[in-house]
Amino acid sequence: MAILETKNLTKRFGGIVATADVTLAIEKGARHALIGPNGAGKTTVINLLSGVLKPTAGRIFLEGRDITALDPHQRVRLGMGRTFQINQLFLDLTPLETIGLAVAERLGAGADWWRQVGSRSAVTGEIAEIVERFRLGDVMHERTAILPYGKQRLLEIALAFACRLRVLLLDEPAAGVPEAERYELLATIAALPADVTVLLIEHDMDIVFSFADRISVLVNGTLFVEGTPADVARDPRVKAVYLGEELDA
Amino acid sequence: MTQFAADVSSYFKRRARWSPFEIAFWIFAFASIWLFPQKHLILTETAILALFALSLDLILGYAGIISLGQAAFFGLAGYFSGLVAKYGLITDPVLALICSGLVAAALGFITSFLVLRGSDLTRLMVTLGVALMLGEVANRFSSLTGGADGLQGVTVAPIFGRFQFDIYGHTGYVYCLIVLFVCFLIARRIVYSPFGLSLRAVKGNALRSAAIAIPVYGRLVAIYTVSAFFAGIAGALLTQTTAFCSLDVLSLERSADLLLVLIIGGTGYLYGGLIGAVIYKFMQDWIAILTPQYWQFWIGFMLVLIVLVGRERMTGWNEAVRAFLVRLVSRAMARKPALGDAAPDQR
Repeated sequence: MAILETKNLTKRFGGIVATADVTLAIEKGARHALIGPNGAGKTTVINLLSGVLKPTAGRIFLEGRDITALDPHQRVRLGMGRTFQINQLFLDLTPLETIGLAVAERLGAGADWWRQVGSRSAVTGEIAEIVERFRLGDVMHERTAILPYGKQRLLEIALAFACRLRVLLLDEPAAGVPEAERYELLATIAALPADVTVLLIEHDMDIVFSFADRISVLVNGTLFVEGTPADVARDPRVKAVYLGEELDA
Repeated sequence: MTQFAADVSSYFKRRARWSPFEIAFWIFAFASIWLFPQKHLILTETAILALFALSLDLILGYAGIISLGQAAFFGLAGYFSGLVAKYGLITDPVLALICSGLVAAALGFITSFLVLRGSDLTRLMVTLGVALMLGEVANRFSSLTGGADGLQGVTVAPIFGRFQFDIYGHTGYVYCLIVLFVCFLIARRIVYSPFGLSLRAVKGNALRSAAIAIPVYGRLVAIYTVSAFFAGIAGALLTQTTAFCSLDVLSLERSADLLLVLIIGGTGYLYGGLIGAVIYKFMQDWIAILTPQYWQFWIGFMLVLIVLVGRERMTGWNEAVRAFLVRLVSRAMARKPALGDAAPDQR
C-alpha cells in the first residue's frame, strides 16, 4: 500500500490553476522524484503536502489516514515533513539548539516551561547522535547565520531527521550548493535509512537520475508521465516537453 | 552516555548558568534597600516599571509579538486589586496580588485570539484598541472605579498581617523588589526551557517552526497569557503600594512608555526591561529637576539618539552594553564570564 497518496489534488490562486487534479501514490521506502520545468507547480505540491497551503479540492492521505485538514505541525507529528528550497533556518540559534528544539518537540518536551533545555539525558543523547551523524560537531556552537551554505543545507536535513520523519519531502536540496560541498550533501541523503520514504523535487538531472527509483513529471500543474527513471528518460513526450524546455533555459 | 553527549549536556547547562553580571545585578538591587533608604519611593516605581517591562520583553523580545496594549492588563489588575482591597473581598495583599495577576492573565488569554492573527501592524492596532476600550469602560463605570477622580478609599492590609505599608515606601519597596525577583526567576526558567527556546524559533521563522512540529499558535497564546499575568502583577503592585488607582493605568502613554523602556534597555535578554526601567526613571527624575516643564523634550531627544546610534537593530544596543558590562564585571571579579555568546563588537 502506498504510504502517501493524493486524490485529485487541486489548488487555484484566483484564476490561476497551480495544481490540477494531481493523483499520486508513493510507496513506502520509495525514492520518488518529482520533476518538471520551471513554473510547473512543484513547490505548490510540496506546500500542499506539508500543509502550508490548503487545497482547493482533493484529498491527501498519509498511511491511509485523511490528513487534508491537518496543520503543518500535526503532519510533522504524524511523521511527514519537508525541507525548504531556500534555507529556512533559525539564524539566531546554534545548530545544537535547533536540533534540540526538534528533538524536544518530538519527545513531547517542547511545551515544558520549567526544566532547562538539555536536562533530560534521553534528549541530549539523541541531539548528540544527530549532530555527529550530520557532521555538524565542528560548528555546533556557532550561530546558524554564519555557517557555510553547505553546512546550513546539512542542518536542514538533520532537522528533518531529528523529527523522525518517515516521509521526507526534499525541496531542491542541492539548490545553490557549491560543487565542493555538494558531495557531502548527496552522501548524506543517500545514507538516509531505507524505510524512510523520500519525495525529491530537484532541477539537477544528475541528482534525480542517480537517486530516484521512480519519477513523476509535472507540467503546468498536471501529472504528465510517471515511471521508472529508464522509462521516463526514454519517453519521447518528456524529451519534447521537459528536456526541450530545459535546453532553452 | 558518550563523551560527546556529555559535552552537549554540559553546553546546555552552561547556557543557563547565572553569569557574574547577573549575580552582581541582583546583589546590587537588594543592596539598594540599605544603600538608598531615602529613594525608596522612586525605587518602588522603578521596580514596578521593571516588572511591567519584563512582561513586554517576554512577548516582544522572545516571541516577536509587538504590543501597544500592555496597559490593559496592568490597569485591569490595578483596578481589581484596588476594588478587592476597598471592599475587603481579599484582604491578604499577596493573595490579592496573585488573583489580580490571574484576572489579567484571563484577559490576556481571551484577547490573544484577536491579537495573534495578522501582522505586526495589526497587532499594534488590536492591542491598542483593547486597551483603549478598557480605559473607556473604566471611565463609564465611574460608580465602581471612581472615574476621572480615581479609585478612592483603598486600604491595603499589612503583608502577611505583619508588615504595614508606610508613607516612606520602605515596606512597599522591599515587597515590590521581592515580587520582581520572584517573577524574574519564573521568567528566567521559562526562557531557558524548551518552551522558551521554541518561542525564539517561532520569532525567527514561524513557517519553519511548524515544520519541526512546533504548534506555533498555541505557543504564542501561552506566552501572551503569561505576559499578561506579569503585567497584571505589576499593575496590582502599583495600586497596593500607592493605595490608589486612576484611569491613567489604562492610558496609551503607559504602554508607549513601556516600549521606550525596552528600547533603552534592549530586548530579548530579560535584563533589558530592568535596566531600561532604572535608566528611564532616574533620567526622568533628573531631567525633571533640571527642566520641570520640558522634561519630555529630553526624553524624546534621548530616544532619537538611542535609536540612531543603534539603528541596525534594537538588540544591537543591548549586546554592546552587555558585552561592556560583562567585561566590566568580569574584570572586577577577575573571573572568566560564562556569558558565552555576548557580541564582541562594541563602539
